[in-house]
Amino acid sequence: MLLSELPRHVPASVESVVDARLRDPIGRRLRELGFVKGEPVRVVTSGPFGGDPLVIEIGTSRFALRRAEAARIRVHADAASASTKVQGKA
Amino acid sequence: MNAVAANPQDDPFRIALVGNPNCGKTALFNRLTGSRQKVANYAGVTVERKEGRFVTPGGRHVQVLDLPGAYSLVATSPDEEITRDLCLGKFASEESPELMVCVVDATNLRLHLRFVLELRRLWQPMVVALNMIDVARRRGIVVDRAALEAQLGMPVIETVAVRRDGAKALLTALDATARTPNSLLPVTTGRRWSDGPDEGQLFDAPDSDESLHGTVRDILRAAVRTPVDAQAIDDRIDRVVLHPALGLAILAVLLFLMFQAVFAWATPLMEGIETLIGALGSAVAGALPEGVLRSLLVDGIIAGLGSVLVFLPQILILFLFILALEESGYLPRAAFLLDRLMVGAGLSGRSFIPLLSSFACAIPGIMAARTIGDPRDRLVTILVAPLMTCSARLPVYALLIGAFIPQRTVWGVFNLQGVTLFGLYVAGIVSALGVAYAMKWLRRDRTREHALMMELPSYRVPHLRDLAIGLYERGMIFLKRVGGVILVLTVLLWALSSFPAPPEGVTGAPIHYSFAGQLGRALQHVFAPIGFNWEISIALVPGMAAREVAVGALATVYSLSATDADAALHLAPVIAAQWSMATAFSLLAWFVFAPQCLSTLATIKRETNSWGVTLGATAYLFALAYIASFFTYRVALALT
Repeated sequence: MLLSELPRHVPASVESVVDARLRDPIGRRLRELGFVKGEPVRVVTSGPFGGDPLVIEIGTSRFALRRAEAARIRVHADAASASTKVQGKA
Repeated sequence: MNAVAANPQDDPFRIALVGNPNCGKTALFNRLTGSRQKVANYAGVTVERKEGRFVTPGGRHVQVLDLPGAYSLVATSPDEEITRDLCLGKFASEESPELMVCVVDATNLRLHLRFVLELRRLWQPMVVALNMIDVARRRGIVVDRAALEAQLGMPVIETVAVRRDGAKALLTALDATARTPNSLLPVTTGRRWSDGPDEGQLFDAPDSDESLHGTVRDILRAAVRTPVDAQAIDDRIDRVVLHPALGLAILAVLLFLMFQAVFAWATPLMEGIETLIGALGSAVAGALPEGVLRSLLVDGIIAGLGSVLVFLPQILILFLFILALEESGYLPRAAFLLDRLMVGAGLSGRSFIPLLSSFACAIPGIMAARTIGDPRDRLVTILVAPLMTCSARLPVYALLIGAFIPQRTVWGVFNLQGVTLFGLYVAGIVSALGVAYAMKWLRRDRTREHALMMELPSYRVPHLRDLAIGLYERGMIFLKRVGGVILVLTVLLWALSSFPAPPEGVTGAPIHYSFAGQLGRALQHVFAPIGFNWEISIALVPGMAAREVAVGALATVYSLSATDADAALHLAPVIAAQWSMATAFSLLAWFVFAPQCLSTLATIKRETNSWGVTLGATAYLFALAYIASFFTYRVALALT
């Protein structure tokens, strides 16, 4: 599933970022911002006009991504919505 | 090695603050340097260069550079290019720092440590400033500093930029740092680039992000404990602020307050400045004999000074709001709410606040366009900002509407004069959107997508000290860089309007015989097709200084006493009797578009650092003004 299709507040994990073209600077920047395999991700809300852009929570950061940007990110919804935000030692 | 310099001030220890946007870098810079800062641009680009100096408790002189915030060494904006080039030692006109201080936000290490790891590969002396550690503690985030140090292989120093002694540990560390090239090199077994990778290597680095983020995850697991609800406050605020209906309502209220403040607080200050300048002018006029010197001082220099200073209250109030909105983390959220609307016109959500500010005055609007990261979006915003109806147009509109539009009620409730004024505002907005759309279409480039990818940082209470420093810097930039130009141009326009003096014994306004008068009468041939008579043509010349000056100039041309307060009052019946309706409408249309105000053009030059852009903006605005006036005049002639 693409991140742009993920319903709101459904905990999911990033699978990969698919570049829209060779050496896609946007795809690269998304990976730099932490959209890499296994990172917990969630759609927080969407913009008031046409549902664009989206507010995405990834780890401890929030980003506004336009749908075209979010559509580069493949995700899968987490089976058990276990507390995905815990990181670190017990 | 570094033999003791004769004067330690001449050979300061050069450090640079580097880090992600929103890591609190600038607050730390303010904490270290106080007001001993120099703000300029990097050579050849319009990226702000902030340098400061301070002396450590141990007596070491330090020169610190606040590098633009960057997410990565693979730059996607001019700001990031500067940071990359300086870190890689490839910036021609700047020496690389002797020590990099990587600033990270302790509440967002997952994002910020990646950049630290990327910088670590450069294998240069560096330390990490673990900033906002107080906020992290309050949110229950536990950072094991020693473990983090061990993991990163470099010193980690806790800082709280907004607290008085919050940089003490960093200062102590700077005192203890030996000034040899090999001290504080990161201890790393990982990949390193010793002599600076090129752009391609950086971009294609095979182990780039999966592994960097993997390392970050390992480090976090070993050194940081984050509770599940660390972002709970942000989440709660965002639920309201980003809500489709509530969020827009809050934005509307904030903007309303901002405008109220500009007009309610700035107007008395502006009037005060005008009164003071007027009093100064009268005092000087009284002390000097009539003549060229007196005229130069009173009508040239003091009036010019007045036209610079009178902008200052609006600029400072607008910037106070913009800085507070930015510091608090609200500005990117406002951009998020409005992005879709602005994209339709070829702009981005980030353009909204600068354009809105331009309703007060285009100068702070154009200066605020610095908050737009994307160079194309920023340029388009700067170019359309002068189309927003600034407050200086109001006296002109008021004069013409008062003289030509009858006080009549239309459609039951509306006043025709009010409807006309509203129409003029709408004309400005619609044409700005049209121009932005046209520019997007003209400069379309399918290979380059203009991305949003905008971080919504954690909410913070703006710190008064940082606001004050930011405000002071904006004010000084305006006074120094723009004010000088305005002053020179005002004096120039004074000279044009005063020389040569009228021949002995003639009646009529002296301006008629001056260069401005001759220029105006020459321009009359150009302006005749759009219905301007020679009086208007002359008034437009001194009106270049600022739009509202045209009202006073018209009064002068019609030989009325041009004491500003009631010039318009006496002028309205005169022009109502002498001008045709079509001429009046044509002049209104002219003022919607014409780049009358040289201060705006000076600001565009300063902010784009390009004569091409400045001349282009001037040309397109004049062309639009002429075309709009031409059609308005012809249509009005045909109808009346």
